Amino acid sequence: MNALEILNPGVHCTLQDEGRLGYGRYGLARGGAMDLRAYRWANKLLDNPAGAATLELISGGLRARCHGCTQVAITGAEAAVTVNGHAVPMWQTLLLNEGDELAIGHSRRHRFIYLALAGGIRGPALFGSRSVVVREGFSETPVVQAGDRVEPAGEASDVPARTTPAQARAYLAEPPVLRFIPGYQYQDFSRADILRLTTQTYQVTGLSDRMGFRLEGQALVEPPPGIISEGLCPGAIQIPGDGQPIVLMADSQTIGGYPKPGVVCRLDLGRLAQQLPGGRVYLQETDLATAQNQRRLFELYFRKTQWREDGKSLAWQ
Amino acid sequence: MRPCGPSVQRLVVPVKLEHVAEDAVLITFGDDIDETLPPAIAAVVDRLSEAELPWLVDLVPSYTTLLVVYDPVGTDFRQAECYLRQAIQTALSSDPDSTTAAPSRTVELPVYYSPETGPDLEQLAGYARTTVDRLIQTHTETRYTVYALGFAPGFAFMGQVDPSIACPRKSSPRKRVPAGSVGIAGRQTAVYPTASPGGWQLIGRCPVSLFNTRNLSLLQVGDQVAFRAIGREEFLALGGTL
Repeated sequence: MNALEILNPGVHCTLQDEGRLGYGRYGLARGGAMDLRAYRWANKLLDNPAGAATLELISGGLRARCHGCTQVAITGAEAAVTVNGHAVPMWQTLLLNEGDELAIGHSRRHRFIYLALAGGIRGPALFGSRSVVVREGFSETPVVQAGDRVEPAGEASDVPARTTPAQARAYLAEPPVLRFIPGYQYQDFSRADILRLTTQTYQVTGLSDRMGFRLEGQALVEPPPGIISEGLCPGAIQIPGDGQPIVLMADSQTIGGYPKPGVVCRLDLGRLAQQLPGGRVYLQETDLATAQNQRRLFELYFRKTQWREDGKSLAWQ
Repeated sequence: MRPCGPSVQRLVVPVKLEHVAEDAVLITFGDDIDETLPPAIAAVVDRLSEAELPWLVDLVPSYTTLLVVYDPVGTDFRQAECYLRQAIQTALSSDPDSTTAAPSRTVELPVYYSPETGPDLEQLAGYARTTVDRLIQTHTETRYTVYALGFAPGFAFMGQVDPSIACPRKSSPRKRVPAGSVGIAGRQTAVYPTASPGGWQLIGRCPVSLFNTRNLSLLQVGDQVAFRAIGREEFLALGGTL
């Protein structure tokens, strides 16, 4: 059986996919990859089925040995990757042979790294998803540990060598602008507070995890009072009494009662997820139609394109 | 999808639809917490669930609202809004009593009220200037409505607790509240489905499992809940742990 034997899982390594959709009504967090772009590209490189699970690494530091012969792809935060000590690039397919040792270094500038295995990674599925939400405690082995074997979930496609187009990772180099759709409570905020929210530079604080990212800047002066708890979306910008925003992420609670000026677009949430403590981000208003069309284009791109034979570009089908 | 006619605007109850994200609509059924809302929200949840819409991703009901999450490739915001307006009207008009009649489902939960399972029981009785027995009686006499699920899988927010025994959360939350613990916070009551940190005033423990990965949540928004006081032996016989 082809497998990766984990020698060192690094800082924090969990299995993540598209997330557990449809169970918010029972109070279950959605979970899923924090950086949707990087996650999708890792699977796309290997022609993995939609929703295939990957390893999500915080910061990096993973070492693994290959048993058998398999293809992998590594995307996300830039880190030094080596196979048997030789540097290899990220954002492309990698062929690993029996005994090869894969090492992923630590990322200096960003946070999340994705490691996809040809065929997707096998793992216990709960309610249609292999995503692990550590806080909920449903998984017997929530965090990947040394000695674990990472095996393919299904038949792997034998794909030719491929590299993602340059624009695939351009988002990591762009200024981290977080576009948000104003919600119905937007009007409850004072004009001055909305200007504070949308014109200043926010810093990502150390109190940022898979549940939510706390931002710090000049505090909003008069945030509206709490509301009756209602269903929450990942990306919701909560403003508690201290006037400092908390942006909810993949593992967020399902309902809450802090006032919200809006919800950050799904793709920009990945941009935020990649910021380390101290990283600077900006909030910018957008509108529903623009945000939804951009998301639709992103989704359709991954569903409707196929690799050209050169392995360097994709064509719409 | 059927076309939207002008009749769509004539809703049985004034319901607001707001687009809150690129893939979500929030339906607001009322401005204040009211026991007539959960049955109406549950009726819309049922209606949307039964329709087996391929673009429907999730439904998250809460006190006065229902969050509808959809797949933005399967539909778009205009279609989603149009469909939802129709579905709400159908759900609320096909069952004209749905906003006033008692819902069909009542769940009885046995509770062992005692200082060994409810460490705040005696202090709360003192706070409420009553006896432990009277406090238990008041808690069990009320029929509660499930207003929302959240905080943790299967955690049901129920109301309304009789004002005479309502009590704020503890000023400092406990690091670990055992599974099954029954608590009061303000005029809400709940059972902790799993062990977790928590700040509610604990008055007893329920031996019934409220959430498991096979049957999901025992309680749903709109359900009625009655608590029944049981003794130590029955608690243990029903699988409760001390």
